Amino acid sequence: MTHFLIRRIFWAIFLFFVATIITYLIFWVIPTDPAQLAAGHAASPEFLASIKHRLHLDKPIWIQYFYFIRDLVVHGSLGQSFVNRQSVDSIIGKDAPVTASLVFGGAIFWLTLSIPVGILSALRPRSITDRITMTFVLIGISAHPVWIGLILSFVIGYKLHLTPIAGYCNFFPGSAGAQCEGPVQWAYHMILPWITFMILFAALYVRLIRANVLETMSEDYVRTARAKGASQRRVMLHHVLRNSLLPVVTILGMDLGLALGGAIFTETVFTLPGLGRQVVQAYGSNDLPIITGVVVFSTLCVIVFNFIVDVTYGFLDPRIRLS
Amino acid sequence: MASLKVENLNTSFRTDDGLVKAVSGVSFALDEGQTLGVVGESGSGKSVTFLTVMGLLDPRQAQVSGSVLIDGEEMLGAKPARLRSLRGRHIGMIFQDPMTSLNPVKSIGWQLEEAVLIHHDVTRKEARTRALDILAEVEIPRANQRIDDYPHQFSGGMRQRVMIAMALINNPAILIADEPTTALDVTTQAQILRLIRRLQGEHNMGVVMITHDLGVVAELADEVIVMYGGKVVEQAGVEDLFAKPEMPYTWGLLGSLPRLNASGGRLEQIPGQPPSLLNPPSGCPFHPRCEYTMDICRRELPELERSVVGEDHLFRCHLDEETRARVWQQKQALLVGETAA
Repeated sequence: MTHFLIRRIFWAIFLFFVATIITYLIFWVIPTDPAQLAAGHAASPEFLASIKHRLHLDKPIWIQYFYFIRDLVVHGSLGQSFVNRQSVDSIIGKDAPVTASLVFGGAIFWLTLSIPVGILSALRPRSITDRITMTFVLIGISAHPVWIGLILSFVIGYKLHLTPIAGYCNFFPGSAGAQCEGPVQWAYHMILPWITFMILFAALYVRLIRANVLETMSEDYVRTARAKGASQRRVMLHHVLRNSLLPVVTILGMDLGLALGGAIFTETVFTLPGLGRQVVQAYGSNDLPIITGVVVFSTLCVIVFNFIVDVTYGFLDPRIRLS
Repeated sequence: MASLKVENLNTSFRTDDGLVKAVSGVSFALDEGQTLGVVGESGSGKSVTFLTVMGLLDPRQAQVSGSVLIDGEEMLGAKPARLRSLRGRHIGMIFQDPMTSLNPVKSIGWQLEEAVLIHHDVTRKEARTRALDILAEVEIPRANQRIDDYPHQFSGGMRQRVMIAMALINNPAILIADEPTTALDVTTQAQILRLIRRLQGEHNMGVVMITHDLGVVAELADEVIVMYGGKVVEQAGVEDLFAKPEMPYTWGLLGSLPRLNASGGRLEQIPGQPPSLLNPPSGCPFHPRCEYTMDICRRELPELERSVVGEDHLFRCHLDEETRARVWQQKQALLVGETAA
């Protein structure tokens, strides 16, 4: 276990460097001037130069990267926004819960839909139900989240007035200047984003679960269970499900980790102030520290969730637990 | 009364390319305490025959006709609940590959207890006692320490013992063993066969031994059926079969047995491939690979006829008695000659 942990930590550090260096390189290649944006169009050349100096933009890119690493290691800080000098730590701290609400809520939605539907489809492959399901899956996979989100927002929110069209409410009451707050308002505002997420991922997961269940049902040990006289229900519950959902845990962990780094489209459509929207704005203003901060955060999420998957896997699969 | 009687069994699979006739017109009977050896190449229909008997084929894919009687009760068309209550209690089955035939995420104790709990209204504790007894009976050392282990912690031979224990835990009258030793190494094979023979004696079970190994048949079987292309091509008592096999495929099988003291040379083989079940050859299914093919073999499937050597010896072949006797004598002389040399 210790050995495993140490290897994991080294791997995490390596990934951190790869991800941040790539971010800086891409930034370096883009031919724009963040200092100009920060200073405004009417700024004098002297003011522009002083801003450049303050933001270290007059230094070569590897020096900028060095400052970034130094700030992180020495001060434990991800730096400050070029545009408004806000601390990146606090921006991420404020935005991450919004994205987490979206991702985890959405995950509950898409799993509760796709597990039963996937199993039903696998039980009767090529049946009418299976074919109809697979048609919806195809639509779900092909449709773009922005399109799904806009249609939902238009029909359910604007035409039918069943939900808000967009916007976000804090789960915990008490934040200053909030128009709405509390768990009920929070969930009310999140329903459409969750459904958007659900349509997007349920399609992939139904397909995945269907394929896994079908494959598991043709395993020798399932035949053994039938030869023992087990009923269909017992075979499914005790022999097929656990084995066929094992790979789903892996994919789920990867998807959750990735999505926490910013569900860009869904957040943009519903104007949720999450990491995805933050990063889109930061791209617009070439706000490198925010972009790098979100990259670091999402790398961390992917690493943490992969770790959780590995530990969970150990509990679910005795072959891994003991070896 | 025969504990298992199969008559004119046909099994076909619906596929995208058409109907695959995996088993056609198979009949045999198994008495209690007896062992029936079922021999044939891969794809000869031997496994499918017994998956049909167990009712383990997917009814959406398999078309079945004929009759399967277990203690006089018709199984084909029986209610699924009735079939399930017989499966695992009256008739047990073990499979070829012990590495994949046990559920990897459940302990073997759990899997053994499950077999008891499905058929008996007992507590899990009582089921566990029964599981421990049967594990001892199949000679798994330190059963009480190993019962909570998972399949991957056992060797292939040990897993096959667990499979046997699971098939026998409810004292079935019939055990179907589908190539139980094929996936095991030779020393383990001998142990497993000995174990099956001992348990058969103690429980007076009827055993079906499906195999492609004539050595296994010679050792265990009372009665043998040889299958080819989904059909029974020869059926006889084990001694009759080895003394006077009546058709070319069986000759080929016997000829391809390795002999320790054979005078060098290559192992004899039957040329060609097993027949396609989708587009089976016309007439006798063996004619494309047979050394003695005549015109009639291409046109007509030979009926099962009785051998002159015994009432219960049946075979399919168009060759006349004289030719068959002469050819077998020559083959035998060759085999014995090799052995002598």
